[in-house]
Amino acid sequence: MKAPLLTFWPCAIAIFAAGFIFTLIADNEFYFFASYVVLQAVIMATAWNILGGFTGYVNFGSAGFFAVGAYTTIALNKAFGLPLPFLILAAAICSGIVGLAAGYLTLRLKGVYFAIATLAMSIVFETIANNWEYVGGASGAYILTPDDSLFFDSYIELLFMLILTLAIGSAAVARYMSSSRMGRGLAAIRDDEVAAECNGVPTLKLKLISASVMGAMMGVAGAPYPFFVTYVDPVSAFNLLIAVNAIAMPMIGGTASWIGPIIGALLVGGAQEIITVTISSEMNLLVVGVMLVAFITLAPKGIVGLYQDYRKKRRRQ
Amino acid sequence: MGLELFLNAVVAGILLGGFYAAVALGLSITFGQLDIVNIAHPAFVIIGSYTAFIMNEHFGLDPLLIGVLFTPIFFIFGMGLYRFYYVSFERTGQESLSGLAFFFGIMFIIEVILILAYGVDYRLVEADYIGETIHFGFISIPFRMLVPFLAAAGMTGAVYLYLSKTFTGRAILAVAQDRLALQLMGADPVKIKQIALGIAIATTAIAGALLIIIGPVEPSVGRLYIGRVFAIVILGGMGSISGTITAALMIGIVESIVATFYGPSWAPAVGFSILLLTLAFRPQGLFGRA
Repeated sequence: MKAPLLTFWPCAIAIFAAGFIFTLIADNEFYFFASYVVLQAVIMATAWNILGGFTGYVNFGSAGFFAVGAYTTIALNKAFGLPLPFLILAAAICSGIVGLAAGYLTLRLKGVYFAIATLAMSIVFETIANNWEYVGGASGAYILTPDDSLFFDSYIELLFMLILTLAIGSAAVARYMSSSRMGRGLAAIRDDEVAAECNGVPTLKLKLISASVMGAMMGVAGAPYPFFVTYVDPVSAFNLLIAVNAIAMPMIGGTASWIGPIIGALLVGGAQEIITVTISSEMNLLVVGVMLVAFITLAPKGIVGLYQDYRKKRRRQ
Repeated sequence: MGLELFLNAVVAGILLGGFYAAVALGLSITFGQLDIVNIAHPAFVIIGSYTAFIMNEHFGLDPLLIGVLFTPIFFIFGMGLYRFYYVSFERTGQESLSGLAFFFGIMFIIEVILILAYGVDYRLVEADYIGETIHFGFISIPFRMLVPFLAAAGMTGAVYLYLSKTFTGRAILAVAQDRLALQLMGADPVKIKQIALGIAIATTAIAGALLIIIGPVEPSVGRLYIGRVFAIVILGGMGSISGTITAALMIGIVESIVATFYGPSWAPAVGFSILLLTLAFRPQGLFGRA
């Protein structure tokens, strides 16, 4: 599944260019809203997989990291009115620190403790957000979208290009982390942590780096979110669906490689948009849950794994 | 006035803590003894609550009685769940990542199905004693807290006796410690674990009924209990029943005091904060050795 360097970047540039052309020709804003949601899911799934897929530590609190990013934007935007790139950077730093802290506290213990700790963290943050009046408390906060949308027709087109860029960037980071020397260390941790440690893999350091990168990436996904929805309250920012999606998409796509979560996010995210429009948003939740459980039990290697098995079978014939 | 408020908060906390022990009891068996991280445990409690609500509304049965009547059905369901879990994950050694995500998915599915079927409205049960209160001087004890406390104490005591006195009960305590030794004693570990998860899920039928006696329930309430019950089980030293009771009372009292003096909107964070602190500083629990 390792695309050589020569094909990854041309593909990335081609996707970026295609996105740009899309903003020029498409008129219906719905497409940008729908694509934004899917691309945000791509970042979240990619981020989750850096820790969950590469090292085998499950993060249940993705919504918490996402919301820390979103609330960093709200707080800094209200206090200083910083431009978006700074807000994204600040959100990355804040969520990255949260990831590092969660990792530092629990990554020395068994994997389940990290999973439970991330879930706990998410709820603690939600309670804080509910009680923090400066960012709206339980009733939420309104964000004004800036008038200036550069050379795009509308602000949503700007946001679409922004999230597309961030998604490509996330994929590049995940790809680098999985194919580098570090990626091999992470895979060793997933397969047998004790053996890895005995062979001189600095397991704790690698886990902490992964946890920080995961947190930062989720913060990046959350940072533009307030401008996208223009109204953020704790219920929407800490929505359980964000956490479920972040787990379900890599699991469905395949956790072993960087491409798996992207495939999962595009498929599941796309299907969710269609189901939400054609049936109902509750049904969409049920579909994700059932798909998650079905894939975990029947195809634990995800779509990428199924494809690889299929290729192997064909080669043998 | 401050002292009266404080003492009332402590008494309410003890009653609440007793109830928390009932909720955490099943998880103490699954997570503490069997090493199955059933993160969906609180979701099963919510199923118990909705069972009580439905039967109470249609047949006017007492919620507590419904809880007791439904334990066999929950027991069988729990046995089936273990079968499935064993065949899909445990046998192939995938429980760490896939097993965790599996229970997370189950939790989510339960919540969504309840929302689809009954909406996000709060549901409650009716019984004569709900709403009554007895007073001892300035301390008042509402029956909707006292009844769950007593029922929880009864159930916890019964499970404790079962685990410590019967062959199967002792086998459950042994299965996590030494699987091979258990097999040599002529017990099948898979069957023992199956019964254990059955019992754990059966407790949620009663715990759920108690939850809806205490107050109205909606599908997502279960999530708040994840932090509480895991905090209780880990603090209590993973699987020790007496440790679970002590930890449950502690969290009940702290939560009640925080809710009284800082407002109920902070209460959900208590369990989760204690959980985080425990994981950071005493992952072996209050009474465990490092």
